[in-house]
Amino acid sequence: MMTYLILFLEFFKIGAFTFGGGYAMIPFIQETVLKHEWLTNQQLIDFIAVSESTPGAFAVNISTYVGSQTGAEAGGFWGGLFGAFCATTGVVLPAFLIILLIAKIYEKFKENNGVKGAMYGLKSTVVGLIGAAVISIALEVLFSTTLSGIFTNGFPVAVFSTSVFWFSLVVFAVMLFLILYKKISPIIIIGISAALGIGAGYAGII
Amino acid sequence: MKKKLRLCLQLLLSFMKIGVVTFGGGYAMIPIIENETSKKRKWINGDDLLEVVAISESTPGPIAICAASFIGFKTAGVLGAFFATLGVVLPSFVIIYIISLLLSNFAQLDVVKYAFTGIRAGVLALIVKAVVSMFKKAPQDTLAYVIMALSFALVVLFSTNVLIIVISSAVVGIIASYIAKKRGKTL
Repeated sequence: MMTYLILFLEFFKIGAFTFGGGYAMIPFIQETVLKHEWLTNQQLIDFIAVSESTPGAFAVNISTYVGSQTGAEAGGFWGGLFGAFCATTGVVLPAFLIILLIAKIYEKFKENNGVKGAMYGLKSTVVGLIGAAVISIALEVLFSTTLSGIFTNGFPVAVFSTSVFWFSLVVFAVMLFLILYKKISPIIIIGISAALGIGAGYAGII
Repeated sequence: MKKKLRLCLQLLLSFMKIGVVTFGGGYAMIPIIENETSKKRKWINGDDLLEVVAISESTPGPIAICAASFIGFKTAGVLGAFFATLGVVLPSFVIIYIISLLLSNFAQLDVVKYAFTGIRAGVLALIVKAVVSMFKKAPQDTLAYVIMALSFALVVLFSTNVLIIVISSAVVGIIASYIAKKRGKTL
């Protein structure tokens, strides 16, 4: 039973303390799933791609996924379903309750000086937090390491002689160009990246 | 009562449709929510919808959930909020649940492994893009830059708890806004 309660509470916390939705939630989600060993960094990155290629909000998708995987480990098929239910309910509930509370007074709420101040702080911190998530995701994708790995073992210089590194770097650079300057949608980016990966794989490059 | 139940059913179906057709979530959902709830159903007018977006930004949780709860509540009270939220969540829940049953089997295939090697690099680009757009939407002054830099450094160098950083940043923002107000300025 503890597993389900922890799933509910952790995702409730994520739902209650992330503002703006979407990628703004990644830093908090990353910290939580790594702490409980629900997902590895690589599984999280893979799941971001799955979430971009399927309908719906990222937070709902990842809570359903983590809940079903974790629940299934604890209680088989029904455990998986219940785990998904607990995690998803947890992530949805704070927004639902808060909107019910403020729906009637939202004019005042929005113009409140304290609310504006809090938003100022939150919009700023989220830039730094996602920036930090970028570092850990870049280390995973390009160097297959983590920050603590670098602190203990030094920088993995050997990576520079692998073709996977150069392949990933080129795909990253091209995709970044396409998103920033050609405004290509995320799902197309994932499609092109997947095709490049498959092509390079069968060509024996990676 | 009968009328209200029918309204709830309409909310459920409309938001299920919104949940099915929007990929990626977040702001991508706004035009589709507008089309479904404002243009087709007249549940909410265009100006109010902009308010919904502003409120979603200043309350926690996914934007789609905030918008569904808000529009559902305005249309048919607490029950309406419940059905709209249920509608927007249900498609994701079902689809991802099915994927979670299949993903581990697929992950062993060579073609999937190759695909994900490419995809991970693409996802890195998507997240870098997210930082760029969040930065553009963030306040642009010295205090904001200090908060950004400190949040970044605390996580990268000291693995500080994200929740503590989020709450501290909100508190700093509130204090700064009151100091600014006392001096007759705004943040």
